[in-house]
Amino acid sequence: MSLIRAESVRKTYRAKKRFGSGAKQDTLALENVNIEVRAGEILTIVGPSGCGKSTFLDIVAGLVEYDGGDIFLEDKKIEGPGLDRGVVFQGYALIPWKNVLDNVAFGLEAQGIPKEERQAIARRYINLVGLNNFEDRTPHELSGGMKQRVAIARALAFDPKVLLMDEPFAAVDEQTRERLQFELLRIVRETKKTVLFITHSIDEAVLLGDRVAVMTYRPGTIKATIDVGFSRSEDKRSTSIRSSREFSEIRELVSHHLKSEIDKAHAAEQAR
Amino acid sequence: MTQSSETSRPPLTAAQPAESALPAWLEPRVLARRWTAIGLFLLAWELSPRLGLINPSYVAPFSEVALRLVTGLASGELIKHLFASLSRSVTGFAMALGFGLPLGFALGWFQKFERFADPLIQFIRQVPALALLPLFIMLLGVGELSKVVIIFYGAQWAIQLNTVSGVKNVDPLLIKLARSLGLSRLDLFAKIILPAALPTIFTGLRLSATRAILIIVAVEMMGGKAGIGYVLRNSEYNYDIVTMYAAIMLLALLGLSTNYLLVALENHFTGWKPEPTR
Repeated sequence: MSLIRAESVRKTYRAKKRFGSGAKQDTLALENVNIEVRAGEILTIVGPSGCGKSTFLDIVAGLVEYDGGDIFLEDKKIEGPGLDRGVVFQGYALIPWKNVLDNVAFGLEAQGIPKEERQAIARRYINLVGLNNFEDRTPHELSGGMKQRVAIARALAFDPKVLLMDEPFAAVDEQTRERLQFELLRIVRETKKTVLFITHSIDEAVLLGDRVAVMTYRPGTIKATIDVGFSRSEDKRSTSIRSSREFSEIRELVSHHLKSEIDKAHAAEQAR
Repeated sequence: MTQSSETSRPPLTAAQPAESALPAWLEPRVLARRWTAIGLFLLAWELSPRLGLINPSYVAPFSEVALRLVTGLASGELIKHLFASLSRSVTGFAMALGFGLPLGFALGWFQKFERFADPLIQFIRQVPALALLPLFIMLLGVGELSKVVIIFYGAQWAIQLNTVSGVKNVDPLLIKLARSLGLSRLDLFAKIILPAALPTIFTGLRLSATRAILIIVAVEMMGGKAGIGYVLRNSEYNYDIVTMYAAIMLLALLGLSTNYLLVALENHFTGWKPEPTR
């Protein structure tokens, strides 16, 4: 059963018209994007930088308008932001003057849930992400990995139907990233959330995704969707998974689809 | 502090254990560091006229000035003038707040409004406040009103401009977050924009408080029968050098305490900032 369904989604960025700068081309960021996110799965979208994958996530989040096609969440057309979707941003987006507890409770505060109640709920999710002793800390006292845990707890606290994660682990160091990836798998298993996860890392896409969608470079469209054979079970949590044969086979397959897109992205960079 | 393994907070200096009950700023070493320069300056001030290094009819020794300041305050004479200056400054400052803050928020938030109003604002801003005094006196008379209005005019710029930049420089990711959570525009303002802009706004408040004192002294020196500026001018006319210096010192103390008050307020409201501004 599909939770999110995108049909022929198109997005154009209009060039700003300025006097004297000549005619500028509009940028076609997304064209004919068709994809569905099934209930209970982790769908990862991987693509070269600048391919529009973050734009797509922003559209699903209701933060950016699209100018063609339709996106449905449970058969209801997405027309703006809402608490049925929890967004986790790459830059954490923690509120610097609020402590961990109030940051996690912020989505509930926006809903007008009374303080006692929202703090109780927030505490549950702080426990879930393993930050029990850090409730009173402010964001600048936390490491990058801890900040992203807070952001994940905040997105889960108002119990959305789907987590939208926009390269959430791109800004943390290698070891922290690996721990966060396994933590995310555990959290998703415990909360049974559906996840749409954007990344530029093939490893991450294959490790986390039940399915991996490969996006093309400008205009972004879904080139291929690959089923990750091995299930999201205990063995996927072990670090040895990365050296297993299934993993490297799927990795190769994704890499093959992605290669020409990355070349295109490079060429476009050079031309600029 | 419970755990410190993953935090970036530097450890507190463990140098002074329980044996010293003094607060940190009363530690002899801290006192020495903070007051040495001032002490040397006062000493030079005291000795130069007494030793004849400077003509004593131009510079009165520090002790005489300090004594005049204390007796002036004790007799109520200086208090009266201090109160006159303060009430003008505070009234003008309050008006500046009431005008500069809302205007700053509107300019920072509504791009179209800013584009519309900015050229005019930039033009008016170039007119020095004191240049408008004759105009204000003509329109509002020589009484209190023209003095208060010119302080208001001069002091609101820093508040307005800093509020604009505070609002414009709110982390866009926080605004994106607020939108993704479906915050109403009012909540977005009250819960994100206002607290995020507060540190910058406080910088504006400090600048404009300084400006308010500067303007009131100038205005009182130009005309008026009360206020520290009046004392300054009057003592100069009467060649009462000691009182003149006492008034100058009073102004320095007034500025210093205003700044400390605002810094304390700022730290209270924006204590979340890793390094509070000074």
